Amino acid sequence: MRRLLLAATMAAGCVVAANAADAPIKIGFISTFSGPGGVLGQELLDGFNLGLESTGGTLGGRKVEVIQADDQAKPDVGRQLADKMVESDHVQIITGVNFSNVMLAIAKPTLDAGVFVISPNAGQSQQAGKACNPHYFSTSFQNDVPAEAIGMYMTNKGIKRVYLLAPNYPAGKDSLAGFKMGFKGDVVGEVYTGFTQLDYAAEIAQIRAAKPDAVYFFYPGGLGINFVKQYAQAGMKTEVPLFGPSFSFDQTVLPAMGDAALGAYASAFWNEHYDNAASKKFVTDFEAKYHRLPAPYAAQAYDTARMLDAALKSIGGKIEDKPAFQKALETVKFDSVRGKFRFNTNHYPIQDYYLTEAVKDDKGRVVMAMKELIAADLADPYVQDCHMPAASN
Amino acid sequence: MSLPLFLEQTLNGVQLGVMLFLMSAGLTLVFGIMNLINLAHGALYMLGAFIAATVADKSGSFLLGAVVAVVATAAIGALLEVALLRRFYHRSHLDQVLVTFGLILVFNQVTQLIWGAVPMRFNLPDAVAGSIELFPGMNYPVFRLVILGVGLVVGLLLYVMIMRTRIGMWVRAGASNRAMASAIGVNVEMVFIGVFAAGAALAGLAGLMAGPILAVQVGMGEPVLILALVVTVIGGIGSINGALVAAIMIGLIDTFGRVLLSPALGSMVIFLAMAVILAWKPKGLFPVHG
Repeated sequence: MRRLLLAATMAAGCVVAANAADAPIKIGFISTFSGPGGVLGQELLDGFNLGLESTGGTLGGRKVEVIQADDQAKPDVGRQLADKMVESDHVQIITGVNFSNVMLAIAKPTLDAGVFVISPNAGQSQQAGKACNPHYFSTSFQNDVPAEAIGMYMTNKGIKRVYLLAPNYPAGKDSLAGFKMGFKGDVVGEVYTGFTQLDYAAEIAQIRAAKPDAVYFFYPGGLGINFVKQYAQAGMKTEVPLFGPSFSFDQTVLPAMGDAALGAYASAFWNEHYDNAASKKFVTDFEAKYHRLPAPYAAQAYDTARMLDAALKSIGGKIEDKPAFQKALETVKFDSVRGKFRFNTNHYPIQDYYLTEAVKDDKGRVVMAMKELIAADLADPYVQDCHMPAASN
Repeated sequence: MSLPLFLEQTLNGVQLGVMLFLMSAGLTLVFGIMNLINLAHGALYMLGAFIAATVADKSGSFLLGAVVAVVATAAIGALLEVALLRRFYHRSHLDQVLVTFGLILVFNQVTQLIWGAVPMRFNLPDAVAGSIELFPGMNYPVFRLVILGVGLVVGLLLYVMIMRTRIGMWVRAGASNRAMASAIGVNVEMVFIGVFAAGAALAGLAGLMAGPILAVQVGMGEPVLILALVVTVIGGIGSINGALVAAIMIGLIDTFGRVLLSPALGSMVIFLAMAVILAWKPKGLFPVHG
């Protein structure tokens, strides 16, 4: 009797295993879909879905089930969603996360449970350095690097005196620290404003009085719209040129800034005018489907889906073999919208950074035009702190 | 700080204060007269900005956008009063906070459904888009001067209307004793609908005036609402002139706090000011009742 039971259990086990190979790959897509940050989640999801569409709705030949949830930009909510997805939905990958602080809350428990985390946007320094993990990959960028790139560009152009502004929170401070790694001139002002501050008239008056050669600011989303509009209305745009991170000048904010943004500069590893076949197909398909131009968020998520497909194809779709999947991701080859794409040893990308400028396109829309290459194959500075543990299950 | 910079920052402070006054005026009106805490005021502010931006974009006329937005927010306000909020005049403030906070969530989600999550474009007409030289070396954005003017005119009109006209008398009568005012022939119900609509229109006006300076996006009302509540409490709940004085005071304290103090201190200096003023005058600077 006992032997029979054992045999039955084994048989049942085989059935489960056989089913697993045919079962859909389960992906948890946790992102911000409500409130002022809701536009980010929507861009990421639209880009991810378009990427899935381009691979026939499958990853590595297997069907995909995407479970979507709204973290409301709150770390505690993100953590609860991730726990639920890992424990009751048995997802194999969690992705979609846009804010670094939400990712910090999600990453550790999810990775401890052996689930892969693929960040399509959040670029916190922790997972790039000491907390790097075999199952954690970033397809976007590390937060400091775009700021460092623009600092390098301004140094190269002989800009001597610069005025810095950022909101008073960790990502703002990281960004200005990153900028100062790349910039070798004088910082004549460094201002941290309140996180919910709406009006920048006082700060703009101080900038005018300080007479810097250029301004670099880090204001995400609505904060950036407020600042750029008010800067232009004060007549400062023609006096002191404005430099910002790429997400302060992308299609989630440029339509609202309008002409106020024209002439501003940013650093970017991708923009909507990038001249390569994969990028052109992406922009065309995106516009046809969603009737607007994509922001880099969408491009990163599109790349994420296509990268997962390429990696899984190379191992016959066997996502259950975690060491093989990790290896496949580390050496993945796919047609990235960025032209070339490869992971550093800390699983963050090494990529080229370009200067972009806000201009009007032939349809009268404000877009970022690709200018010169700032730096090729730029890696983040935290990689030296990362001692990647051996692959595991 | 040089003298021209000091003058410019003073003007910035007053202008920020007037913008806060536009937002606070409607809040304090409804709060003082109907004893209703209306957190949805921030949602009406957002709707004012979205409606004005849409109409201005489609028609090419900022003025038309402004008129439509004010009328529309007044109508939405009247509808809210009749359909929902009049049931809450005699309920506890906690109930009022709950229902109007719920309204914020509903309005935010509806706005996102209609207009999408991407912030809206709201361009100014060329005449007021640039800056002018007020005195040598000091350029000031024209539209901020317009906000200053509109805010002061609105303050004056409200004061005259409430203190010097028959309508204002009905309003004050209804506020101080509803039953008695009804008994002597004031249609209190209509007066309250009117006051609520006026409060909503003021929120819409504040939103459409802030729209060209700030990001027109879902949830834009909440940060302003907090400052407006601070102004309302400092000024004395229900007092229009109290709101004006408190708003300009907060605008100046905030501006100079940001410029002169460290960021951590600068962003809480208005709340410190509120604590000090309320310790000194618990009912605000210009108490209305008692």
